[in-house]
Amino acid sequence: MKTKFLASVGVIAVAAAALTGCAASAETSNSTEASCTNKIVNANAPQVSVWAWYPAFEEVVDLFNNSHDDVQVCWTNAGQGNDEYTKFSTSIESKSGAPDVIQLESEVLSSFSIRNALVDLTEFGANDVKDKYTEGSWKDASSGDAVYAIPVDGGPMGMLYRKDLFEAAGIAVPTTWAEFETAAAALKTSGSDGVLVNFPTNGRAFNQALFAQAGSVPFVYDSTSPTDIGIDVNDQGAKDVLDYWNSLVQDGLVTTDDAFTADYNTSLVDGTYAVYLAAAWGPGYLQGLSDADENAVWAVAPLPQWDAANPVQVNWGGSTFAVTSQATDKALAAQVAIEIFGTDEAWKVGVEKGALFPSYTPMLDSDYFVNLEYPFFGGQQINKEVFLNAAAGYTGATFSPFQNYAYDQLTEELYSMVQGEQDGSQALDDLQASLETYATEQGFTVAK
Amino acid sequence: MALTEAAPKPAPNPAVARPARRPRTQIDRMDRKRQRWGWLFVAPFAIVFVTFLVAPLGYAFWMSMQTSTLATGTSFTWFANYGKAFTDPIFLEGLGRVASFALIMIPAQMLVALVAALVLDNLSTALSKFSRLMIFVPYAIPVVIGALMWGFLYSPRFGPATDIFGLVGLTAPDFLSQGTIFASLVNIVTWQWAGYYMIIIYAALRGIDPAIYEAARLDGANGRQIALRVKVPMISSSMVMVLIFALIGTLQFFTEPQVLRAVAQGAIPVSYTPNMYAYSLAFSYSQFNYASAISFALGIVVFAGSYLFLFLTRKQSGLK
Repeated sequence: MKTKFLASVGVIAVAAAALTGCAASAETSNSTEASCTNKIVNANAPQVSVWAWYPAFEEVVDLFNNSHDDVQVCWTNAGQGNDEYTKFSTSIESKSGAPDVIQLESEVLSSFSIRNALVDLTEFGANDVKDKYTEGSWKDASSGDAVYAIPVDGGPMGMLYRKDLFEAAGIAVPTTWAEFETAAAALKTSGSDGVLVNFPTNGRAFNQALFAQAGSVPFVYDSTSPTDIGIDVNDQGAKDVLDYWNSLVQDGLVTTDDAFTADYNTSLVDGTYAVYLAAAWGPGYLQGLSDADENAVWAVAPLPQWDAANPVQVNWGGSTFAVTSQATDKALAAQVAIEIFGTDEAWKVGVEKGALFPSYTPMLDSDYFVNLEYPFFGGQQINKEVFLNAAAGYTGATFSPFQNYAYDQLTEELYSMVQGEQDGSQALDDLQASLETYATEQGFTVAK
Repeated sequence: MALTEAAPKPAPNPAVARPARRPRTQIDRMDRKRQRWGWLFVAPFAIVFVTFLVAPLGYAFWMSMQTSTLATGTSFTWFANYGKAFTDPIFLEGLGRVASFALIMIPAQMLVALVAALVLDNLSTALSKFSRLMIFVPYAIPVVIGALMWGFLYSPRFGPATDIFGLVGLTAPDFLSQGTIFASLVNIVTWQWAGYYMIIIYAALRGIDPAIYEAARLDGANGRQIALRVKVPMISSSMVMVLIFALIGTLQFFTEPQVLRAVAQGAIPVSYTPNMYAYSLAFSYSQFNYASAISFALGIVVFAGSYLFLFLTRKQSGLK
């Protein structure tokens, strides 16, 4: 009896060992090329793991790996935007599992740097490459003297419009928001099925960019004094912008569909919306959508202005490469963050295959990029005509260390506004109050 | 499980008495030997159970006793988070919302399930077998897929409602607006779960001795009377079980609103239900500690609710 018992224990122990052995060997292979989406060219070189969702990124990685004997990039696509941030956030909390280098939109850098999840890149030579990036994008990636990421692409804004629909309805291309309103009314009276544009209540950074055009500076924050924050989301500029949009909504001149749903995507390309207020990555997004109207004729114009004499340029989105504090070799990771999009070849892939708008000035200023003609826009040189100007005028923005919360609250307030429950200035006053309460709860000293 | 619970319990048989007692030392030796084997057989389950349920629960509870804020770091605060949770208007509003879901959704599901089961119990054609399968099929579809599907069905552009209402010259309602989202969610859940509850009730009905129906018929009861006066009371313990399943599921409502939120961010805010609130606190706002407290607070409410309910229905469920 006893020996039988011991024998069974032995069998279980062996089985358990086999199981853990399995797990252990899986783990070892994980840290090498097994989990990389790309091919490792030089197996002996140290590897740096990278999370990124850029389209056509594999070619950029291949370019990097082929030209480096000292380091290899192991790339994983961990999802776009919030999908990736959720994974990153969890790995910060569990203190393991984060990659060495991660793609982050500049608007969330403060949210992660306050959790000590990102490495200040100044000690790894970030400032040496400062001249190679636009002023606005560099400011977005830094906080005080610290530089938390290397900019990659930006989102200077312009107005994509359906030239054919404009001509059919006899509408001139608006250059100011007043003209834009007239155009919206004209399109409606022309008997069109669609509307001029959609105003999504879940536009998040898009809505914020519209406010910024009227001079709104929602947050003052600097990682050198990480517990102080200034919140001013209900300034008169933002309120005027919101009242303008609310009157368009209440008059039925624009729709308020949620952005980035299947319905919205179809409406973008089938002529339901005649205008797509977009960032420079918008054309790429548009081309990736299905169900497009085959006869559509698209063109790009500058974003309408509040004051045509003093144009203000704004930015929507744009991403960067940051080095996480879990990186084993931070210097090597910083090298990857700096160099991976630091060549003209890589950028050519980024521009042509990924439809990215570079923050990298050698590419931005090159004749190739300036004069590039886009077949989708009938050969229009959209960079020269619109986006380069918009990018040059953008001076950077500051985001809060709880940006996700701020955006969720903004969505709730805007939805309540378009439902007719409150006006624009009430919405922003409520937003201000809820953000102040939240910041205080989170231990910040709040200054208006 | 449903079948075993529904089966009538065997009456205790006085004839099978315990064997005569043996000397104490002998029992101890036997017991110890048996227990050793017992533990060994239980071990595979116990290891998984402890690793993946008990330990994470303990860890989450430990986390819920600490407060961490973005600006000031973590500190141990005993039950402060629970005090905050039970006075948090967002959490309480979410609880109120799932309570109203429970009030509407559970009766709706049970009614559909009960009627379907009673009808199917009376029929014995091939069509009834087919119908039984069809009513059950939605349960076989993963919840996320089901919710995604309904998201498209509700869509004004891709859904059939616009066409159907258009046939009679009406405009279809927007199923994803603030005013209609509640009913839309009730519909999804009822569609998905009524079939499952129907199977449980149906199994209980099959377990009733047909002789009872014959007796009822001899006493002059018609079909409706047999259904309502004989069948329903006899399966009340299964009904109570279904109700408790539905109650727990509704209080933990998460997947359907979370999936539909992708197409209706305005109508379904991030804190629509307590579980969604806990999820967004943890994964969007990185407040893992407070999220743990919210989860435990919800757990307490679910436990108290279920206990109270079982206590109130102890007669029907046969627990007493």
